[in-house]
Amino acid sequence: MTQASDAQAGSQAKLQFGYQRHSDQDRSAAAQHTVVVVGAGPVGLSFAIDLAQRGHRVVLLDDADRIGEGSRAICFSKRALEYWDRLGVGQRMVDKGVVWNVGRIFHGDSELYQFNLLPEPGHKRPAFINLQQFYAEAYLVDRVNELPEISLRWRNKVTAIEQRNDHVVLTIETPDVPYRLSAHYVVACDGARSSLRQMVGAGFSGKVFEDQFLIADVKMTAPFPTERWFWFDPPFHAGRSALLHRQPDDIWRIDLQLTPDCDPAVERQPEQVRPRIARMLGHDQFAFEWISLYKFQCRRMERFIHGGVIFAGDSAHQVSPFGARGANSGLEDAENLAWKLDRVLRKQSPPSLIETYHTERSAAADENIRESTRATDFMAPVSRHEARMRAAVLSLARETEFGKRMVNGGRLSVPSIYDTPLSSADQEAWNGGPRPGMSMPDAPLADRGGSALFLTDAFAAQGKRFTLLTFANGSGAERPDGVGFVQIGGEGGLIDADGFAHVRYDAGPGTSYLLRPDGYVAARFRHPTRAAIEAALSRAYGVSERALS
Amino acid sequence: MNLSTASNFAKPDDAFRAIVEAHRGLNESQSADLDTALVLILANHIGDIEVLREAIALAKRRMIDASQQQK
Repeated sequence: MTQASDAQAGSQAKLQFGYQRHSDQDRSAAAQHTVVVVGAGPVGLSFAIDLAQRGHRVVLLDDADRIGEGSRAICFSKRALEYWDRLGVGQRMVDKGVVWNVGRIFHGDSELYQFNLLPEPGHKRPAFINLQQFYAEAYLVDRVNELPEISLRWRNKVTAIEQRNDHVVLTIETPDVPYRLSAHYVVACDGARSSLRQMVGAGFSGKVFEDQFLIADVKMTAPFPTERWFWFDPPFHAGRSALLHRQPDDIWRIDLQLTPDCDPAVERQPEQVRPRIARMLGHDQFAFEWISLYKFQCRRMERFIHGGVIFAGDSAHQVSPFGARGANSGLEDAENLAWKLDRVLRKQSPPSLIETYHTERSAAADENIRESTRATDFMAPVSRHEARMRAAVLSLARETEFGKRMVNGGRLSVPSIYDTPLSSADQEAWNGGPRPGMSMPDAPLADRGGSALFLTDAFAAQGKRFTLLTFANGSGAERPDGVGFVQIGGEGGLIDADGFAHVRYDAGPGTSYLLRPDGYVAARFRHPTRAAIEAALSRAYGVSERALS
Repeated sequence: MNLSTASNFAKPDDAFRAIVEAHRGLNESQSADLDTALVLILANHIGDIEVLREAIALAKRRMIDASQQQK
């Protein structure tokens, strides 16, 4: 496969990959693999890359052989970009994407307020980029093709699974005769309509929102700034809400809320959509790239782990799109699971470590569902009194700060905070900095030669493993074997000239943070001892939770 | 219990009257709008989610009592 050039993935928004017969299909018995990932969307591709970079062979199956029908997910978070940096694709995403930090909320024809999601300097990545999902997928596929550990097989559709004691047997349909594979672990990243979820017999319950939303990508040149604009009751779409996002290639994403009783077949006709959008833009100098109609749902699986089958991304949880919590939370699933599965496959941690994937990420899913449900309810009040409350908030927002803060046009994705058995509780007093269970903040640094780099770069350079971040106190800090090491200040340490890292980590001489491979804080110490660090490591490895607690 | 249910106004009648007068001349829908805004303004002034929850529980208890009396 060739590099996915922008021209190929451009206006037609489509990339076609060929089916290729694999030698596994010639075997009479099922070929044995360690990990099979089902679904080559952003989550499955990222997860496969992560695991391959950790040295594992991965089979990645997808039932289609093309990407790029519509822009779909478009907002990728700072957290997602930092993950993609570790996978070697972050810069390409940022180079192509449009960067934004500011959102504006309008009511009627006037602006209610604006918010900046990243108001401070000194971060490598912005709050968000907008990038069509097909570009993200195309760049991830290019990265996959650089990794011989990954066998990516298009038009391989899983039609049955059998769970055995220590492995799973998959039956796979292809353009040739069906074949079978066995795997110790199957990671199901096959989307909201996951067929693997049905095969394990798991439910997927939650809330369906009655209002329908029209999503259109239009191509036009427009003077709007690169910001997220959200309208309640705009003059061009009375009584409903609207959302505008810029994407690369002069493509604009427009979401329009429709009434619950409208006819989808009628509403998605371009001649029906065009006047609505023309009213919004004040002109009709645009062309449609994609039109889709949605009813949003918020739901999740009760358990993300079913025997040897582990669910990640939309297959495990689904949210409404107001908050960019779909693809971004799926990528957080991938980074959470990859290092744990790596340790279990290497027998460095017990299989029970994987259970903490469910613990941490199902709680994150609950949070994402809660946030996106609240936003969707605010946009589409379900009773007359809720509509009255919303009207009161919107009206109060014109003259009060608290009213502005109550207006919910979507609360945008930020990394979840994990309440997890892998964390070691603080034993000392802290006045800031990320506590255990929070993700690491970035900070601008310089190396001894004076070259600028970011803390997230220094962390990634340690090999995406457990890493001790230490603020030097003059003497060299002691660190256990097999753990990465980033030192700020002191002899040979990185230079925190502007003090951002010290402030963001509430650091004094000797302050140390134990970072997990996914960049989450496992423990932190004012005055670390080797024994305390090793105890925290054991807990974070999932080997000695009971003994230590 | 964080919610204060002691009498906090020096002249409780003034407070009651102030609210009553605010509603004078309003129809039911306008009164509901006014109350809704008032609830949000006062809730924010209190600024304590536990107090708010206790207040909601106390208010809701009236409705349960009322519905039981109807049976």
